[in-house]
Amino acid sequence: MSYQPVLTARLGKIDPASLSDYEAAGGFQALARAMELGPKAVVELLREAYLLGRGGAAFPAGIKWKAVSEAPAPKYVIANADESEPGTFKDRILMEGDPFALVEAVIIAAFAVGAEQGYIYIRGEYPLAIARVQHAVNACYNAGYLGHDILGTGFHFDLEVRKGAGAYICGEETALFESIEGKRGFPRLKPPFPTEYGLFGRPTVINNVETLLCVLPLVLRGLEWFRNIGPEKSPGPKLYCLSGRVQRPGLVEAPMGTTLRTLIYDYGGGVTGSGELGGVLLGGAAGVFVGPEHLDVPLDFAGLRSIDAVLGSGVVMVFDTSVDMKAVLRRIARFFRHESCGKCYPCQLGTQRQYEIVERLATDRLRPGDLLALREIGQTMRDASICGLGQTASGAVLSALDRLGYDEVSNRFARFNENEGVLSPASGLSSPLELYSHVGHPHPSSH
Amino acid sequence: MSDTPIPVHIDDRVVMATPGITVLAAAHAAGIAIPTICYHDHLTANAVCRICVVEWMGSRTLVPACVAKVQPNARIYTNSERVRTARRVILEMLASAVDLSEAPELQVLLTEYGADPHRFGPDVVRREHGAVKVDNPFYVRDYDKCILCWRCVQVCAEDVQFTFALGFNGRGFDTSIATFFDRPMPETTCVFCGNCVGVCPTGALKGKREYMAAQTGSPPTR
Repeated sequence: MSYQPVLTARLGKIDPASLSDYEAAGGFQALARAMELGPKAVVELLREAYLLGRGGAAFPAGIKWKAVSEAPAPKYVIANADESEPGTFKDRILMEGDPFALVEAVIIAAFAVGAEQGYIYIRGEYPLAIARVQHAVNACYNAGYLGHDILGTGFHFDLEVRKGAGAYICGEETALFESIEGKRGFPRLKPPFPTEYGLFGRPTVINNVETLLCVLPLVLRGLEWFRNIGPEKSPGPKLYCLSGRVQRPGLVEAPMGTTLRTLIYDYGGGVTGSGELGGVLLGGAAGVFVGPEHLDVPLDFAGLRSIDAVLGSGVVMVFDTSVDMKAVLRRIARFFRHESCGKCYPCQLGTQRQYEIVERLATDRLRPGDLLALREIGQTMRDASICGLGQTASGAVLSALDRLGYDEVSNRFARFNENEGVLSPASGLSSPLELYSHVGHPHPSSH
Repeated sequence: MSDTPIPVHIDDRVVMATPGITVLAAAHAAGIAIPTICYHDHLTANAVCRICVVEWMGSRTLVPACVAKVQPNARIYTNSERVRTARRVILEMLASAVDLSEAPELQVLLTEYGADPHRFGPDVVRREHGAVKVDNPFYVRDYDKCILCWRCVQVCAEDVQFTFALGFNGRGFDTSIATFFDRPMPETTCVFCGNCVGVCPTGALKGKREYMAAQTGSPPTR
């Protein structure tokens, strides 16, 4: 527990609307340092840090930056702040509490890759984040951090805030490009990848908010500091979105590779409800369930891959044994049915058929052949869908059947009592205000 | 890029393919059939139906043959168990949602892959749109038969006509091809070129005379 939070260090301590507060708390020192180092050195730093994308796909950010830095102009940088994965709230808290940090990080990205135009694409359901980031952008223009000849270096960069309109798919990077271009948010075929053919068909760096914020302490504190946090293959700080049936849900900043046990019992204060852990949903609706036997697996990209799980965007949603797991699965299946964009057949049709079967599962009306169909639909969506939405739309449902003690004959999850409804807000999914109150602060263990 | 043919392993055969062509083209040139639904020789391939997926060794997911370009020494299987399962399930789901009675090529595929569209039960949700749209003198739109292959949208847009009368409504399973705000065709930018009718593979779009003849047993009087 000797880890000192850096990504969340300013939250609640500075006025998010005050540029001078931000500067007094170390703001824009990273930009100054980056400008001393020069674009090439910043890109190299990122590559050597092996910073993996925090939005869910875990792609090395340095590889994106290097490719775009070597590509011809015009090119773009984009902050993907369309945080829509159920159970994810880290980027919202960062933008609401420390909006200047995001703006500074985007400026550094643009400086490093040589982009003169950037966008911050924020989920439309985040009005406060939109207002605060927009305010920060305006203040940075007035202070000379954005626009012409930034800090007298001759570097020019314009930054625009764009709002999403409520579609989950628009967090998929290529659908996000389409959305900024004024089109319907359909994902594109890849390849070509964004570093080659991105926004408006130009080379584009697109990173998650948390990934970008990792750049600030990396530039200021250096490679060695960064690589000494967490595991060798995916180092750095990580934000975990702890929710569900725990005493103290909230945002946790901890080293990458922290175990579930530490998160749930040390930070979260233990399991509520029945008090007995039933399962954990990692990575959100697009993630997978793991059971209590995986409490000691490190929550990093490699560690979770070894047990066929994912870290995704850092969602750790805890379910105790009194939860009606079948109702949870129905809710997840309904989510994907609602959010499929409709472009490719496997997801467009599969999310509907999956929902119908899970609906029967949840209401004890399963028919012979339903479970086989559910598995085949899941495999087909995972194998043949265009984008990550369809490829992950069956992960939670199928992993729950495989790992949480589901019995086909009785259609029951043996470990769960089914004597309560689905999670209600009162039972653990906290309000954002409550989340603020213990950001980044570990609590004494209660087990 | 050099035009020197490169070796590609398709179904354990070495096929020499021109760099830059698709897996679909390379396979067809070698006499290996890969089924397609949305693909059309003269239109931009969007790979939406995914029926042409193949197993490309080393790739996490299956790969759509209509857009994936050949690469030297790639090992590709066009008819593996994994491929056949994906194709069969896509066909089953499609046939359980849409009226394919006037889509003979799809009927052939359903048989070939042993697809059972009834496996999802009698109360399965179908994609139904109500009455056939008869709003102009030239063609009718019967969206219960629409498989969302996108061909009509593409010929109406950059692939042929540049009229942009057709787009999308709804999302996911409830996606439909539609005019802007669902306006009747004469109120749109449609120039009644007929290209959309020509590329429709399922009878969702057809000439009004043909439609009326089927309805009444005789062609309409002029």
